[in-house]
Amino acid sequence: MFYREAGQFKTTYEADQGIFPIIQDRWFIAIMLVISFVVIPYFANEYWFQAVIIPLYIYAIAAIGLNILTGYAGQVSLGTGAFMAIGAYATYKLCTAFPDLNILIVFVMSGLFSAGVGIIFGIPSLRIKGFYLAVATLAAQFFILWLFNKVGWFYNNNPSGTITAPPREVLGIMITGPNALAITRYYVVLSFLVVFALAAKNIVRGRIGRSWMAIRDMDIAAEIIGIEPLKTKLMAFAISSFYCGVAGALYIFCWLGSAETEAFDINLSFLILFMIIVGGLGSIMGSIMGAAFITLLPIFLTNFPPMIGIQIASDLAKHLEEIIFGVLIVFFLIVEPHGLARLWQIVKEKLRQWPFPY
Amino acid sequence: MATQHTTEEVLLDVKGISLSFGGVKALSNISFDVRKGEIRAIIGPNGAGKSSMLNCINGFYHPQEGEITFKGETRKQMQTHKAAEQGIARTFQNIALFSGMSTLDNIMTGRNLKMKANVFWQALHLGPARREEVEHREVAERVIDFLEIEQIRKTPVGRLPYGLQKRVELGRALAAEPDLLLLDEPMAGMNHEEKEDMCRYILDVNDQLGTTIVLIEHDMSVVMDISDRVVVLDYGRMLADGTPDVVRTNQDVINAYLGVTHE
Repeated sequence: MFYREAGQFKTTYEADQGIFPIIQDRWFIAIMLVISFVVIPYFANEYWFQAVIIPLYIYAIAAIGLNILTGYAGQVSLGTGAFMAIGAYATYKLCTAFPDLNILIVFVMSGLFSAGVGIIFGIPSLRIKGFYLAVATLAAQFFILWLFNKVGWFYNNNPSGTITAPPREVLGIMITGPNALAITRYYVVLSFLVVFALAAKNIVRGRIGRSWMAIRDMDIAAEIIGIEPLKTKLMAFAISSFYCGVAGALYIFCWLGSAETEAFDINLSFLILFMIIVGGLGSIMGSIMGAAFITLLPIFLTNFPPMIGIQIASDLAKHLEEIIFGVLIVFFLIVEPHGLARLWQIVKEKLRQWPFPY
Repeated sequence: MATQHTTEEVLLDVKGISLSFGGVKALSNISFDVRKGEIRAIIGPNGAGKSSMLNCINGFYHPQEGEITFKGETRKQMQTHKAAEQGIARTFQNIALFSGMSTLDNIMTGRNLKMKANVFWQALHLGPARREEVEHREVAERVIDFLEIEQIRKTPVGRLPYGLQKRVELGRALAAEPDLLLLDEPMAGMNHEEKEDMCRYILDVNDQLGTTIVLIEHDMSVVMDISDRVVVLDYGRMLADGTPDVVRTNQDVINAYLGVTHE
């Protein structure tokens, strides 16, 4: 009743191939955009920006990146943290070497560095698959972080060994550095997320997306209809790493402010992997929902018991939170292995009829 | 039943192909040709090397000896995607569809080779990328019309019944507009009606699109009915080559199929 394509007749292939062919979807996206560009900045305070929403959006960008590689092209990666680190360190090097360069351009350029390294670590994917490939990307994770720790040039021989976001402004507005307002950084991160999510959606529904899925579903058949496996896989590694690289740059420059390589350790890679598994492999919307779920659930678990009047000692609460978090993820994966994106699809299918029985 | 399209021009010429895996000889010294526009069948008992032969033609296996000439170009070894670029498409004995994608996407993937727009245009979905999608969608829709699968256009192929999956796979191969279509047991596991449908599609493809077809099939009545010429393989050797009538009366073929008494 509320969500259905009935009556929405498409008369051209172009209209049928629109990014959101169903009018209810267009409304949903429009409402989401209004909420994130107008409503959230109006209501949110410094704490919400800094502790919840900005990291959520950055994780969402990285999750889209990993989902392109793992969900669409079927190549498992545990090197997300390292590819994010490359973006962050490249941004740091570029913006300290060329202080006049527009920082937004630097973010995109550092994504390209990450893409380049991603291609190199993607080469083994021609020969090895599945868990073995995951181990090969694990090598990227450890090697790159080791390199950034070991070679002082990457952090400008800073005695503390950290990279710090220098103050940079665009059109007179502070984007990075200690004086950048949370709301400015929020808008920067949000804009990146919107543009990147739409670009990813466009790529995955076109020729490149189809060749990724073809390689994922049946690589021999894909090869026989003329898809070159190496080229297709490396393209997935490049675009995925580009997304992760930009996410890494934003992670330091629009959120943490300064960090060491520990910020990009294996836990970060796993965190992003959990997001796409919970959100749904092979779905752009799922990547964003997964990032939201994994970011918001711990906050909810911390704040919920006091809200209903249960007082728990803080150390116990912390442990309980981790237990519940783990149990929920396991439960969730058993009940719905295709993730939140699938649940969302089921809701849409139900809404085609609801509230009528048929 | 001879088709009108058959010409004397040789499209594919296979000469002295030998293929072995370690000590096992899968094919030994196989030679035959395929004329432009004909329906050529390869038959033989299980393990005769029929699928291996197709795999050699489209570059999936690399034979140790012999050469294959396609459209006047001779090659010893080639990569599968090069064969696809030259205009060879195929279907598989066991369905090899992209199960996570819809029927339409599967067929559109068959058009991939002919699409050129780069990643930046695709990310924006503007300009060449947008034009290309519409252009190739039209071709894909013609294939969908042809195979009468309009109603399952947007259904994920994993949910389709077996017969329809076979048809979608044929559609994916047709979408590439191949000059040579290799069909590996297109009718395996089908009931009588489905077989008749599939025969009709194969004959229509040959007749209306002028596509040359090499097919492997076990159902003798089908093979004898629709093919122009037949190659018979047994244990990797060639037993006979000729029109269905010639092959049917060949003593070696009868022996291979019915068995022979050894004294």
